[in-house]
Amino acid sequence: MNQIEIRVNGEQRRVSEGLSVEELLRELDLQPRMIVVEHNGDILRRERYAEVAVGAGDAFELVHFVGGG
Amino acid sequence: MATETVHQIEDAPLTIAGRPLRSRLMVGTGKYRTNQEMVEAIAASGAEVVTVAVRRVDLDRSNEEGILHHLDADRYLLLPNTAGCYSADEAIRYARLARAAGFTDWVKLEVIGDQETLLPDAEATVDAARTLVAEGFTVLAYTNDDLITALRLEDAGCAAVMPLASPIGSGLGLINPYNIRTIKARLEVPVIVDAGVGTASDAAITMEQGVDGILMNTALAEAEDPVRMARAMGLATEAGRLAYLAGRMPRRERAVPSSPTRGMLA
Repeated sequence: MNQIEIRVNGEQRRVSEGLSVEELLRELDLQPRMIVVEHNGDILRRERYAEVAVGAGDAFELVHFVGGG
Repeated sequence: MATETVHQIEDAPLTIAGRPLRSRLMVGTGKYRTNQEMVEAIAASGAEVVTVAVRRVDLDRSNEEGILHHLDADRYLLLPNTAGCYSADEAIRYARLARAAGFTDWVKLEVIGDQETLLPDAEATVDAARTLVAEGFTVLAYTNDDLITALRLEDAGCAAVMPLASPIGSGLGLINPYNIRTIKARLEVPVIVDAGVGTASDAAITMEQGVDGILMNTALAEAEDPVRMARAMGLATEAGRLAYLAGRMPRRERAVPSSPTRGMLA
């Protein structure tokens, strides 16, 4: 399967071509309902994780809540 | 029994943006030694509003649990912060990400202006507040103990204004009670003192100024026994509030006997 290069949380990564965002999260061992995704600078609504495709050169920020004051 | 009656009759709950809260104490979730200790301390504090931060998932330790694995989002009002942001744009970005998590449109807005003191950037905070309010956020804005900035934040539409007692994580207590009273006297939205409280007496003194609530994190997380300290802070917050409502006796620079001067033996 062909691989594409993307950027996730500031790091270059190679992933399989043709993944949806939801599949990307699962491949990274993350639970989609706990993660907020910023895709090329725009927030991606959770309902769209399954339908949006991961493209070569895309930049993702994957964030969640951690302890803070 | 009697205490509860007084509490219910004489004090309305702290209400922010139309939502009544079950405690005037709000707590953070950072810097605890263990998640278990954090969960127990938060429960012991009696707080309903609990702050969280937004950060990148650590991909190398992707099984690392986020805070939501430990906190019941039905029991607490999770209040995302924009801690660590140094510009209005950055804080707005973090607030939007937090809202997209789907729990709340409340945000504790924090724009830091200086790395060493962590003091807020007043101008950037006001700018970010305007944008976030326009986007429908309920904004609780962390700020200096400065009346003019507090007034501008209220004018920008903030649901609460949160002046500091002293710098974040310092534990120095309430450095300028006068400034805090001045802010409280002039604002219509709730005033929540955020940051700097170190121990229970600090919380009581802060509440005695008449403010609507307190937010703290390090005072609990760095206490030798966070669960005990959390309970102490809950009691002190309530004690300070009641003392404020009760109205303290005047200060005088002379003694006045408490027992009758008449009827002494000859």
